[in-house]
Amino acid sequence: MEEASRASKFVYTFIVLFILWLVVTASLDSQELITGAVIALIVAALTHDVFTRAGLANLHPKRVAYAIAYIPYFLWAMIMANLDVAYRVLHPARPIRPGIVKCRTVLNSDTGKLSLANSITLTPGTITLDVDGDNYFIHWIWVPDEVLNAKDDSEHVEKASEAITRPFEKYLRVIFG
Amino acid sequence: MNALAIIGEVLVFIGTFFYFLSALGLIRMPDVYNRMQTSTKSATLGSLGVIVGVGIWAIGKGYSPAWIVQTVAVAGFLLLTNPISAHALIRAAYKRGIPLWHGSVVDKYGEHLASKAQAEEAEGETSETSEGVSE
Repeated sequence: MEEASRASKFVYTFIVLFILWLVVTASLDSQELITGAVIALIVAALTHDVFTRAGLANLHPKRVAYAIAYIPYFLWAMIMANLDVAYRVLHPARPIRPGIVKCRTVLNSDTGKLSLANSITLTPGTITLDVDGDNYFIHWIWVPDEVLNAKDDSEHVEKASEAITRPFEKYLRVIFG
Repeated sequence: MNALAIIGEVLVFIGTFFYFLSALGLIRMPDVYNRMQTSTKSATLGSLGVIVGVGIWAIGKGYSPAWIVQTVAVAGFLLLTNPISAHALIRAAYKRGIPLWHGSVVDKYGEHLASKAQAEEAEGETSETSEGVSE
């Protein structure tokens, strides 16, 4: 993604910091608002260069809409996976078949890759072990048959990516590019 | 108002139950990687349930609405930071050389590291021979 102008970066940083202030103070008192605005201005002036690269482009309505839609989608995936791991923990036979699989992502930006890695780790049953370029190495508590019986490396990557990274990617690709 | 308090209490109970499951998983799982799978997960449904549950319960008990806003913010920060520590721990465990459980079925990361080391070694050899020629 191309570098945004300084003004765009500054305004974006200010907006994010001010929203953060509103959430953390949880108050609409005018004194709080003014203090928050002043502090957000100072911090944005000092840090806008390291805070963001794309600036206001991050607040494109389509991106924001996908980001909001991603929250319930992710929570649902997380709850289902939590129940799955709970079943494996409680089952007397302990049905686990762990392994480290390899996935390939279609995301380009570093922020997108970070979010994908974090989403995978937060979903129980999968932990991102390392990221090297486009390759994700993921510890999986139950490697399914179609991944295990893959004939070669590319089929393995294809099957594993389909199961782990694809569901998140369709959202994250719009949000982060 | 009291229905909210009950919902909050149920959420806290669910969260506690998932904390219990993670603790149980720590005992039952065979190696460090699978233990990470269960233990780091307590932060997701366990903490999320307890934290958000407290926020909803406080509203039901008539405290200020700031409670729910702030507890959700705390939960959000937890979700943003928790996976990074989990990732650092499991990567450190692997780099330290802790073996996978004998029942593990596949280790693509090990293969990847081996092929990378091999490529580097081959490169090192060629540079060594070229040095030898120059001498």
